Amino acid sequence: MHLWKNVVIERLMIPLLCFAAGMAQSRADDPPKAKQLAPPTQFRAEDVDGDAGTAIDLFWTLSPDDEEDTKPRKVLRYVISRKQIGGSEEAVVLESGSPFVFEVEEKKPEFEEIGEATYRKDTFRDSNCETGVPYLYRIQAFGPDNAASPTVELKEPIIATLQWFNLQRSWFAVFVFLICGAVIVFIEMARRGKTLKIRKIAGLEAIKDAVGRATEMGRSCLFVPGIQDINDIQTVAGITILAQVAKTTADYRATLEVPTSRSLVMTTARDTVEAAYLQAGRPDEYNEDDIYYITDEQFGYVASVTGKMVRDKPAACFYMGAFYAESLILAETGNSVGAIQVAGTAMPTQLPFFVAACDFTLIGEEFFAASAYLSGEPQQLGSLKGQDFGKLIGGILLLAGCLIMTISAFESRGEPPAEGKETVLQSAQIYLKENILGKGGFKP
Amino acid sequence: MKRTVPLLISAVTGFILIGTAFIPMFEEWGNDAMAWFNLLAAFAFILGGGNLLKMQLQKISAQQAGWGYAAVTLIAFFVTLFVGLAKVGVHPNAKFPEFSWSGNYLEVGSAFWWFFEYIFTPLSATMFALLAFYISSAAFRAFRAKNTEATILLIIAVIVLLGRTYASEWLTGGFPNEPIFGEGGITYSDFKLDHLSQIIMDDFTTPGMRAIKIGIALGVASTSLKVLLGVDRSYLGSDQEA
Repeated sequence: MHLWKNVVIERLMIPLLCFAAGMAQSRADDPPKAKQLAPPTQFRAEDVDGDAGTAIDLFWTLSPDDEEDTKPRKVLRYVISRKQIGGSEEAVVLESGSPFVFEVEEKKPEFEEIGEATYRKDTFRDSNCETGVPYLYRIQAFGPDNAASPTVELKEPIIATLQWFNLQRSWFAVFVFLICGAVIVFIEMARRGKTLKIRKIAGLEAIKDAVGRATEMGRSCLFVPGIQDINDIQTVAGITILAQVAKTTADYRATLEVPTSRSLVMTTARDTVEAAYLQAGRPDEYNEDDIYYITDEQFGYVASVTGKMVRDKPAACFYMGAFYAESLILAETGNSVGAIQVAGTAMPTQLPFFVAACDFTLIGEEFFAASAYLSGEPQQLGSLKGQDFGKLIGGILLLAGCLIMTISAFESRGEPPAEGKETVLQSAQIYLKENILGKGGFKP
Repeated sequence: MKRTVPLLISAVTGFILIGTAFIPMFEEWGNDAMAWFNLLAAFAFILGGGNLLKMQLQKISAQQAGWGYAAVTLIAFFVTLFVGLAKVGVHPNAKFPEFSWSGNYLEVGSAFWWFFEYIFTPLSATMFALLAFYISSAAFRAFRAKNTEATILLIIAVIVLLGRTYASEWLTGGFPNEPIFGEGGITYSDFKLDHLSQIIMDDFTTPGMRAIKIGIALGVASTSLKVLLGVDRSYLGSDQEA
């Protein structure tokens, strides 16, 4: 029995175990065979409309394995590769032995990975194309554990072409032309002496009162031109209002302080205020140190300005420009020191704060109209009439759009029209959405 | 001359930037124009720094009210400038270990990073946190029921405020989804505060905001044209010297 055990264990079991271990080892050494996924189909490419010839759009139908609700997902991503057709690419390579000598070597174009799209995505834009160069694309789906699909290649190469005019924005161009044309026409009409009636804006009427009050109280006026740089149109609008405020302070001999958060705004504001004092006949009253730079940092700027407010207690505060979270901190501090406050901004999210904390607020378009209104120059007032014409166009389009959408909604309550047989209103609705508001342009 | 040249530059640049919206070829020119602006802004930064120093030194030398703050500003300015330029606490780059300045000045653990993380960020957050108190005081003033309009504003504000918090679920969460009159039509659950709040936001606030935005867009177009055509030159200063 004992012998039998030794024989079984030594002669049979040990070799059997060794064989099993070897088999297991050899299986572990073999790479796991990746599962093959179904490839995406209907792979096609289109040159992007209305661009400078630098982009190509790719479209495909999702791989049948890319199912919406399957977990875990079989397809995780689609990898896109590109190859240049014809000619050869030039590659700069280091010449061996000399670290600073380069030579140009011709390289045969091969497929290079240019990007990937995640699962359930069926488009990709290649924005790094060269104009006029033919490209061939290929796509491959990948899943977990190195699972991959066969590659799908475009049948023909595609070329990105330069368009001279972005036709997708044709309708936008028409509106820009109409509105800008109206502004120019009204400016010209005003120059020729046509009288234009402009409604009173209470906030702007209050500027003189506020400066007058500051003069009487012997306190300063504070003008904050926002926290954006001079490339922001709101800052430019704020600076043009500053010109009018400076003229008033020069007339009343009040002190005007302008802390800025951008260096370029400081230099522009200095030139503007200097010109205003010169125009008012009081160049000697101008002090360039009253217009100074603090910091580009939003809350650093706020800390400095509010500190100044609390210490100096200005009698009038003007906030004209682009503001963010600092709007309420500034306006509430001004309110707490008892200043008359006039604010103007085109930041819709900050308007409620200014309305709540300031005495007068110029809302959106009033802010942009302020400079023209205060200057009283006919050609500037003409631009306001141009704006009104723009509002008229906007109003007409809104009304037409609302009517068309409402009536066609009622129409589609009944039987749906046969495919391609939309009613006039439904066609108009589609044209409005796709062409005028969308990217269809003039295309029917 | 002092006004004509800047006007010419701004007009040419402005029209090119307008062109980028319609003519794809201009896109590159538009990018170049913006790059030039960034260059100018970088040089102007030196101007701003110089002005900051001048103003603070003036305050200290004249011992004006709050000159202590000016001293703190100057000390902070120079210390930050020094640790940033000297790359204090920055380890050399692994590729160039023999050059002690080859590391990134923003490296985690460096003095500059420490200043940013433990002084600048908490101070900015402190200023931002003040907003909570200012919102309360502004809301208290704005929502006083002084007249009919203010009362309507107050009621709507309360609905929106409660509708966007858990209070809405607590107060009106139990409203049943049953019609008030007969079959169909309005249900009790339509009067839940969160639902009312959403109606106010979608049907009243959004159109109002859009109207303001249309006005702003037209204002931007008109102001831009005035600037580009030279109708409004007040931002350019004067041709004469004061």
